[in-house]
Amino acid sequence: MDNKDNIGFSRRSFIKTSALVGGGMLIGFNFFTSCDTDTVLEVEDLSKLNYDDFNAFIKISKSGKVTIFSPNPEIGQGVKTSMPMLIAEELDIAWKDVNVVQGKWDSVNYKNQYAGGSEGILKAWDPLRQTGATARQMLVNAAAIRWSVEPSSCTTKEGVITNAKGETLGYGDVAIEAAKLDVPEGLKLKEPENFNIIGKDISNVDIHNIISGKPLYGLDYKEEGMVYASVLRPPGFGQGLEKLDDTAARAVTGVIDVITFGNKVGVLAKNTWAAMKGKNALIAEWIELTPGESTKQHNDLMFGFLKGETFTTMRNDGDVDAAFKEADHIVEQEYESPFIPHNCMEPMNFFAHVTDESIRLIGPIQTPEWTASRVAGLLNRDMNDITLEMTRMGGGFGRRLYGDFALEAAELSDKSQMPIKVVFSREDDMTAGTYRPAVKYNMKVAIKDNKITGYHVKEAAISDNMYDLIPNFFPAGSIENYRVDIASYPSNISTGAFRAPHTNSPAVAEHSFFDKVAAHLEISPVKLKIDLLQKVKGNTDDRQLFSAERLEGVINLVTEKSGYGNASNGASQGFSSYFCHNTHVAQVADVEMVDGMPVITKVHCAVDCGIVVNPLGAINQLKGAIIDGIGTAMYGNLSFENGIPQSSNFNNYRMIRMNETPDIEIHFVKNNIAPTGLGEPALPPIGAAIANAIYAASGKRVTKIPFIDYFKKPNNA
Amino acid sequence: MGKYTLNINGKSHQVDADEDTPLLWVLRDELNYLGTKYGCGIGECGACTVHINGKATKSCTLLVSVLDDEEITTIEGLSENHNHPVQEAWKTVDVPQCGYCQSGQIMAAASFLNENPHPSKQEIRTAMSGNICRCAAYNNIEKAVAVAADNM
Repeated sequence: MDNKDNIGFSRRSFIKTSALVGGGMLIGFNFFTSCDTDTVLEVEDLSKLNYDDFNAFIKISKSGKVTIFSPNPEIGQGVKTSMPMLIAEELDIAWKDVNVVQGKWDSVNYKNQYAGGSEGILKAWDPLRQTGATARQMLVNAAAIRWSVEPSSCTTKEGVITNAKGETLGYGDVAIEAAKLDVPEGLKLKEPENFNIIGKDISNVDIHNIISGKPLYGLDYKEEGMVYASVLRPPGFGQGLEKLDDTAARAVTGVIDVITFGNKVGVLAKNTWAAMKGKNALIAEWIELTPGESTKQHNDLMFGFLKGETFTTMRNDGDVDAAFKEADHIVEQEYESPFIPHNCMEPMNFFAHVTDESIRLIGPIQTPEWTASRVAGLLNRDMNDITLEMTRMGGGFGRRLYGDFALEAAELSDKSQMPIKVVFSREDDMTAGTYRPAVKYNMKVAIKDNKITGYHVKEAAISDNMYDLIPNFFPAGSIENYRVDIASYPSNISTGAFRAPHTNSPAVAEHSFFDKVAAHLEISPVKLKIDLLQKVKGNTDDRQLFSAERLEGVINLVTEKSGYGNASNGASQGFSSYFCHNTHVAQVADVEMVDGMPVITKVHCAVDCGIVVNPLGAINQLKGAIIDGIGTAMYGNLSFENGIPQSSNFNNYRMIRMNETPDIEIHFVKNNIAPTGLGEPALPPIGAAIANAIYAASGKRVTKIPFIDYFKKPNNA
Repeated sequence: MGKYTLNINGKSHQVDADEDTPLLWVLRDELNYLGTKYGCGIGECGACTVHINGKATKSCTLLVSVLDDEEITTIEGLSENHNHPVQEAWKTVDVPQCGYCQSGQIMAAASFLNENPHPSKQEIRTAMSGNICRCAAYNNIEKAVAVAADNM
């Protein structure tokens, strides 16, 4: 076990207790200060704190029931279940006695209340367990005082304290007394072998509300007097509003008002349907503010970059040019990925009510703090005027990092002074996105005496590069002459983070390329990687974030479980491995060709994320990420003409469906290392695993997403 | 505008609505049956699936004006205590991630199992392919439909 359990912060700085008026104990913990070891408050600040300073609580009632407020936004990644599990474990209560409530966003004190980067569990692991342990010790101390015994002679189990004589008290019996005691420090946390909740399958805390259709999501939020708004936006990126005729829109039954703001037009109505109908009845003329871009133009630009010399070099080891000059062979391949929309099942939406006194924002958002500050900036208001409540989210995948929809709601409410909910149609959602950028790669290795002597990656991107953040990922360090070059074109098409940003596209290119290089060297791609990993074992270069040992561990595990490389198993298999978001993953996909089409029948995935907090939720995340990655690689493609997205709904944008999904087996590496996140790490490598399996099954190297395009019959193209 | 009488979950409701309003928006905006979700509006994703006379139907493309004599069932009325075998199976398997599409998935599965109580794996995969799950909880949905079939 990691020996950091008792260091890194002062619990006094983020825990405060008090007795509840109605009986019971309230423990407030400054969740976000606690998760950030660099911002520990001084003890003397304690006197200045009050309960408004804390946005996360444990509430223990007289009856012994425990409520845990979960502060992070829930986008389906499971933190509303897994974070409270960490507290409950150390508090030593039965999970059935826990009630979890979504905490509110705190507008003043906290900076890390977001969902993104697979960081929730990683950052919460120590502080949330310490919080639970602190509460437990205070309850024990209160019982010990009542019994006049030493606290160390008492034990706890499932919310009951027992002394040496066998007498018992429930947590609820001593909660009020406990709340008045000093906060203890230096507590020892449980060893993993004593975990009762961590490592057990715990169902999603909202499961009952989900299967019974309760209104949990932003789109379900409504209140008295609320008006629905549908927004007409320029159809193409680069366009602006020239002229508007809203006569027909205003004549639609239920339409209340039509408001132009910037280059957009909001139609306010009594219900969603009237708002959408009103929007469709608007007659707008658009002008080109900046040139509309097309996919053909982007392709030419990116290939131009790859052939040219104007790169920013992110890492340059040894002498790559010399390695290629002296090579016996050069293996080279280009890889391509188009724009990808997020397509959350719940279209973007947000509620805002702006008045002279306050601004109320309610809805699905991954970044409450940033969004509130942007609304304050937009309307020139004080942050203290703003409250924001987070609803459960019908998916995020990065799209809900960008609060453009909340800003639209706030602006329309400011102009109308009405409580407004902006609702995107599916078409709005797909065509006014923040897309995963289109990218192309040129990957090249130099081979001399059957060894890789040089490695050169060139990345060309529309708007956002990816390799800028990952030049030190594998195989950096394992090849003497190594260079990563990037270039990008600043487009007027909005791009942004998409599940596993910075790794989702590069991993597909890189680990497809390793398969090709291994084939050239006539060795197994597993052996090629294991050999390279030996060169970075024990590496002290602190740019290297991955562990060669742990990567080797998942590779060995997936090879064993899948039978990869064992010719007798008869399957056409593809292998891939990756490290990102602090988690190590290796995968093997099986593909069969059926009527000339590739069918992915099976995926084995080995994962080293340290301790698995909630296996049930963890497996859901991993399987979801794998199928998301397969869907994107097989079918993902958003193209543009004159700035206009060429897909707008699920009839012309293909999403993966159940009959196209493989059976997936997840294999965890068992260890007691502190846990890392799982929302993203299984997504990047799977595209390469299926590309390599398709090669094994069909002899065809698929290097351009969407892979399905390689297999379309000419007549259907 | 017209006046329509809708029979939803065994209760009669009077609504005023434009005749071209899809049932989905009447359910959600007028009658507060918010379990039925909007996903695409063109019958491609299945988030809005309800039962019309017991058969799974996409409510986003179904006009309110043609439903006078039909029995409409939403997720709220699938079972009295939210304990339909499909709902129970969803709990047993812990199907959802974000959960947004799950009302539609459950309604589709319940109708399918009513018609085909003992489906093969392939029949489940084909029948459920009209419903998109963006979180891709497909392995779980497939498993839960099989669990429900065993328990029905």
